[in-house]
Amino acid sequence: MNANAKSILIIGGGIAGITAAVDAAEVGYQVILVEKEAYLGGRVMQMHRYFPKMCPPTCGFEINVRRIKQNPRITVHTLASVEEISGEPGNFKAKVKIDPRYVTGVHAIDDSIAEQLQSERPNDFNYAMENTKALYLPHDMAYPPMYVLDREILSDTDVERLKHICPADTIDMEMMAKTLEIEVGSVIIATGWKPYDTTNLDSLGGGQFQNVISNVMLERLIAPGGPTQGKIVRSSDDQKPGNIAFVQCAGSRDENHLAYCSAVCCMASLKHVRYIREQYESAKITVFYIDIRTIGREEKFYYDLLEDENVSFIKGKVAKINEDASTKNLILDVEDTVSGETLHQNFDMVVLATGMVPNGIDFELPIDLPVDDYGFLIGEASAEGIYSVGCAKRPCDVSRSTKDSTAAALKAIQQLNRGD
Amino acid sequence: MEGKIGVYICTGYGIAEALDIDAMCKVVTDEFKISYCKTVESCEQPVIASINEDIKRDGLTKLLIAGVSPRRFSVDMFPDDVIIEIVAIREHVVWCQPPNEEDTQMLAEDYLRMYLAKIKKVELSEPFQLEEPINKDILVVGGGISGITAAKEAAKLGYEVRLVEKSSKLGGWLAKQHKSVPTKPPFHDLEDTGIDTLIKELEEDPKITVYTSAFTSSISGAPGLFDVTLKSINSKPSDEILDQFRVGSIIQATGWSPDDPRKDLPYGDLDDVIRNVELEEIVKSQGRITRPSDGKEVKSIAFIQCGGSSKKDHHSYCSSICCLTSLKQAKYLRDGNSDAKAYIFYEFLRTPGHYEDFYRNTQEDPGIFITRGEIAEITRGDDGMLTITAKNTMPGAQIQVKVDLVVLAAGMKPNAADGEAIRAYEDAKLKVTEGESETQRQRAAETVEELKQHENTEILNLEYRQGPDLPALQNGFPDSHFICFPYESRRTGIYPTGSVRQPMDGVGAREDATGAALKAIQCMEMTSRGEAVHPRAGDKSYPDFFLQRCTQCKRCTEECPFGVLNEDEKGTPQVWATRCRRCGVCMGACPERIVSFKDYSVDIISSMVKAVEVPEEYDEKPRILAFLCENDAFPAMDIVGQHRLKVNPFVRIIPVRCLGSMNVAWITDAISTGFDGVILIGCKYGDDYQCHFIKGSELADYRGENIREKLEQMQMENERVEMHQLQISEYERIPEIFEKFAELIEEIGMNPFKGM
Repeated sequence: MNANAKSILIIGGGIAGITAAVDAAEVGYQVILVEKEAYLGGRVMQMHRYFPKMCPPTCGFEINVRRIKQNPRITVHTLASVEEISGEPGNFKAKVKIDPRYVTGVHAIDDSIAEQLQSERPNDFNYAMENTKALYLPHDMAYPPMYVLDREILSDTDVERLKHICPADTIDMEMMAKTLEIEVGSVIIATGWKPYDTTNLDSLGGGQFQNVISNVMLERLIAPGGPTQGKIVRSSDDQKPGNIAFVQCAGSRDENHLAYCSAVCCMASLKHVRYIREQYESAKITVFYIDIRTIGREEKFYYDLLEDENVSFIKGKVAKINEDASTKNLILDVEDTVSGETLHQNFDMVVLATGMVPNGIDFELPIDLPVDDYGFLIGEASAEGIYSVGCAKRPCDVSRSTKDSTAAALKAIQQLNRGD
Repeated sequence: MEGKIGVYICTGYGIAEALDIDAMCKVVTDEFKISYCKTVESCEQPVIASINEDIKRDGLTKLLIAGVSPRRFSVDMFPDDVIIEIVAIREHVVWCQPPNEEDTQMLAEDYLRMYLAKIKKVELSEPFQLEEPINKDILVVGGGISGITAAKEAAKLGYEVRLVEKSSKLGGWLAKQHKSVPTKPPFHDLEDTGIDTLIKELEEDPKITVYTSAFTSSISGAPGLFDVTLKSINSKPSDEILDQFRVGSIIQATGWSPDDPRKDLPYGDLDDVIRNVELEEIVKSQGRITRPSDGKEVKSIAFIQCGGSSKKDHHSYCSSICCLTSLKQAKYLRDGNSDAKAYIFYEFLRTPGHYEDFYRNTQEDPGIFITRGEIAEITRGDDGMLTITAKNTMPGAQIQVKVDLVVLAAGMKPNAADGEAIRAYEDAKLKVTEGESETQRQRAAETVEELKQHENTEILNLEYRQGPDLPALQNGFPDSHFICFPYESRRTGIYPTGSVRQPMDGVGAREDATGAALKAIQCMEMTSRGEAVHPRAGDKSYPDFFLQRCTQCKRCTEECPFGVLNEDEKGTPQVWATRCRRCGVCMGACPERIVSFKDYSVDIISSMVKAVEVPEEYDEKPRILAFLCENDAFPAMDIVGQHRLKVNPFVRIIPVRCLGSMNVAWITDAISTGFDGVILIGCKYGDDYQCHFIKGSELADYRGENIREKLEQMQMENERVEMHQLQISEYERIPEIFEKFAELIEEIGMNPFKGM
């Protein structure tokens, strides 16, 4: 243990960044965790459950939040982004910009205040399938448990209204962004991923047909805090779907879109099959796949689903989706690669199993960090002192991501101890 | 120690509009005779600052704040030598009860009483300190890529490492490979394994001591104090001690073994049908591929995927790397051999992530045919060629290929032993002869038969009451919460890593081992500060056993989910405190109530139970006690409040560290206090358990069953105790569970002991 060690800067407060932060801090090192959203937890907070155990991500998150709260060595900045890193390994300087939350934390605030506002914003936590008030708690388990004000969207009337209903210093309309300059010894990049944009998938009706949704949207539909309060329904008529198709590798393993395999979409879809089955005992479900990639112990999850006679698996890539304009049903053109037949099948709802796109980094680094053709940071060649983890580095599931983060915590600590 | 208690009642967030604050203050000042009682307008920063001033000025040693949920507070808000108790008046009362009703007020006042009773008894936990110094060396068991990586990474940070390998050579399976699959863009070319350099660096590292042909014949002690005895694998009888030393933590990197191929494949029956590992050996030793039967140069190979794993009737897991291995081995064949042909038959070709690029690159080779297909038959002709008939290939056809060699892509099985099963086997063996009755002896004999495969499988040889190795999950992998907390094993300070934990590729194993090195270091550092490791990371409390009153019932030693307790000859628990995760399962297990923490004990919770004011029977206001897991069900109750769901006002909730820490005394106390029923809400248990203390909720269920029997003996309805499993996200179920239980109580009537 080096008592005078510098801090570790961790960029990204998703499951990877949180894991690296608590693991390094529990060894005894100072950590600064920077997250661009208003809350920690990242992408997995938008997942209803994890495969293969079907357990809620919020369970592990609750433990991680306890670990953060009880550890004075961790400093968390939300609504924060790194603008620049300079210096050299062991002696980096970072500029961190913290955007205004406008909520001061001086007085109590809750939904009774938010509900009096008229200005609304798309709820991006629910992939914009509904709106929230301009003053909002990002989600039920948000940490830090503080409201955020979307100042840009707030109408003048609402500005006045807020002044009337809250004590004067509850909300600071003039709050400014501030920039911190911090000195750190090493850096972990855990900037995570975003779902592939379905509007690129013209032939699959992405963004065009109401009843074609993406896998990440389904995670919100099933969640009690989602836009439908946990009900899986068609967006065209709020009816429950009786016949659902999953299109695997929607834009994945495809050189026109994402050439790589995102490693989690097969298990995600199989998990979704279970979600549907829990709500609709007899819904018919068809999974169109190239390969079912249920790796390691996840294989059992697939085997268990084979017992369900209302679930069929067809090897074939979906070529085209058309919509029946009157019923808003969907017709899929697929070549069954085993039988060689071309299928035209009708479904009430289609879920596109889209892959992961790395968020990448949008700030200057003093060291050249190699990035591959897809935008992933090349892990093996990580520069000394800067380490990339999780989905910043490769598509991977939570388990792979967390162990990678624990490993990076050690690398970062080693850097702090070099030369003493 | 009562200390100087300051009580703060928050009036913000609509609390003052829903409750009679004066009446609440009277509970503090009149009933509990605590004069230091203030109201505060919120629980936000300025208020926290003013409370801190009070602490300094007035010398408060204990604080009770009735306001927002304890989850809204963090440790850095108050000095760490002040005891803090938080009552969630906002979430658990005001937000889920109608305002200004008698029942709402009663609920709020009861919570205040419960936490006042608690704070009077809670004492500050002093960090646990061993009498001897904590050792901070690390033992690594296994000298393959995972073990080597873990040792090197820990040594880089200055920790002394001892690495023990059972074979005579280091390098494990990686050293037996000709080449590795590509690890970097463009993921086309095979790479040198680099293992020789790694071994050389390991051997030259002054911080690392390597033992080969050796095994751990005994490991006793606990984190910071593990005493290890090594013996030579060659000495028989192996009574010669090679070395003895102490370490602080252990990394188990014992790797994997190739699995036996599926029974329907003619491995061992037909010549030149070999496994992937055997092909690797041939290439490694000869630099080219020859047939085992006649030494002829191989010009064609058929690879059969899922040869040893991942078929429903064979294994329920996929070994993750066999597809990559076959692609790699097809490249061996094609390397410099332009007329050679490789055929790969698969059900699902699995190349996740960037390995897809490797797959695509391999597909572009015209000499490598990769197709889906099920193997119908493999025969060997007089010419020595093997004919493979595959059906359901693409598209639909049955095809036949003739090849020189068939390679079965056999999977990996972990080199792990199931410590609990070994212990159960040994116990049963004793009982076969020493059992008290014929039935007992017979049942023991059946267990012996059932667990026979565990005989002599010990690897670590831990001197632990619950068995000589880590307990294993399904398929023999010795881990636990493998999604969120993949290093969390069930033996503190012992971290399994690499393919013993789950099948993985080389890059994965290196990352995994680096992380395991961190966990081993972290455990020693936290232990030296007297803190618990995950999941109650940083907890400074620890269990105190009042052994003079122990009756040697062995419940604690058997039920501890982490094997903390050993036994002396009489069966008295020997407490290895640094193994402890502070869940309190031992406290729940003990019928003599001799286990306690400074801030969590049978007495403290009993005081909370007894502090509730139970109305007379004719008031028709039943009282229900609910014990909720503090990591899942209790936070879910906050969300119930956030959503303003209405909750039955007769329920009084007590959070517990784990439902497994629930002592049945609390239930009898509840019944004798006049409660009409008790609800227990814990986490999911069974194969896919979610309980972070492994089997806490399962134990609670089992104890609840005993309680129900007891109730019957007391002529009481056994439905008065009910257990539920709940996920943190299932908050909506809580009001429903309470409501149904309240209806049930109404049906069966009030507790007849009420008021007695």
